[in-house]
Amino acid sequence: MSLATLLVLADGRLPSGGHAHSGGLEAAVAAGRVREVRDVGGFLRGRLQTTGFVSAAFAASACARTGAFMDLDRGLDARTPSPALRRASRAQGRALVRAGRAMWALPDVGREPHHPVALGVLAAAAGLGPLEAAVAAAHGAVSGPASAAVRLLGLDPYAVHSLLAGLAPEIDRIAADAAARADDPVDALPAAGAPLLDIGAELHATWEVRLFAS
Amino acid sequence: MHPELHEHGPDEVPHTHPDPGVDPHTPLHPGPRALRIGIGGPVGSGKTALVAALCRALGAELRLAVVTNDIYTTEDADFLLRNGVLPADRIRAVETGCCPHTAIRDDISANLDAVEDLEATLGPLDLVLVESGGDNLTATFSKGLIDQQIFVVDVAGGDKVPRKGGPGVTTADLLVINKTDLAPLVGADLSVMDRDARARRGELPTVFLSLVGDKAATPVADWIRALVAARVPAA
Repeated sequence: MSLATLLVLADGRLPSGGHAHSGGLEAAVAAGRVREVRDVGGFLRGRLQTTGFVSAAFAASACARTGAFMDLDRGLDARTPSPALRRASRAQGRALVRAGRAMWALPDVGREPHHPVALGVLAAAAGLGPLEAAVAAAHGAVSGPASAAVRLLGLDPYAVHSLLAGLAPEIDRIAADAAARADDPVDALPAAGAPLLDIGAELHATWEVRLFAS
Repeated sequence: MHPELHEHGPDEVPHTHPDPGVDPHTPLHPGPRALRIGIGGPVGSGKTALVAALCRALGAELRLAVVTNDIYTTEDADFLLRNGVLPADRIRAVETGCCPHTAIRDDISANLDAVEDLEATLGPLDLVLVESGGDNLTATFSKGLIDQQIFVVDVAGGDKVPRKGGPGVTTADLLVINKTDLAPLVGADLSVMDRDARARRGELPTVFLSLVGDKAATPVADWIRALVAARVPAA
């Protein structure tokens, strides 16, 4: 396993479309639920425990069994009640596959897989294992919204990165839990949900003026 | 494959890398893909009005589609729709997450997806115009996204803009100095702008434009016609 390869895959500068998505933060800001650095901390923690955990488990699983990508894809559909979030996940999955094809020889993963499935398949093609795929997924679940918070609220970027550093042990723990379940049947994989993220995403999709795609 | 580029350690899962010089995507249609032209420039310089004029001028003679990159969602796409210059299925809006320059330069994935979706749904196209969100003088398009780029500045922004340079003014394949009808009102000296643009751009072309007097954006439309003609071999 190459640690540097994992850094390439998890780098926020990877051209895979993530910069246009706030992970639900824009909706939470508009609703007044997130105003300050402290609120961002709570938002990231909640997102890590729910979306982050599910994403990590599916990324780990897709890495462990790339051939099962269609089952995993359907499993994520079932865990994503918001149509807007399903679209956002598939748009980011498609963009990640585009970036992945330029870097490694990818097996078939469909045209527009869910983002965690794409991430797991890329990790496998890059020679990484399920735990690394899970770490990349869990880290990405919070680093994207953290960057969006800096842009949306004009927050001190050092304060926001301090949140990420503080979450790192939790990211590792969640990724380890997720990777330990990589071989579970798809139906038995984690299904943690965040109803406010779902509702916020649906409202966000109806706005006339927004800065982020989701 | 490039096995000679680096060694894989004995503990690594075997994997391969595609040739970095080869486009890994299969073409959607046989024959050449659409010519892609990026249109960038500062906020308010008239990019969207130029795109609308080009759609009116070229829509009947070329198979044409437009991708817009707004800072705020679909404003520019809505402008094109309201003005009825292109049918809705020929316009795609890309959202850029507060970073219009990122979406056209550093992470072009959403724009490439939009271009490919247009070609997939409409069939082969001759020309795709990719309009950037209003940004600043440093914003330029990635060569991975577009073939040629137009940079639009306007005389109301001050006649010193060409002298200030920046990658857009200096390197764009065509510089458009727009709203020349406003020059007397804002005290801008077009000859100064022309001289400075030549100094900055060397042999690269610069055109002056006023969409008030020239609703078909003739010098820009002609420049595009020549590029399309050079690309498509005469049948």
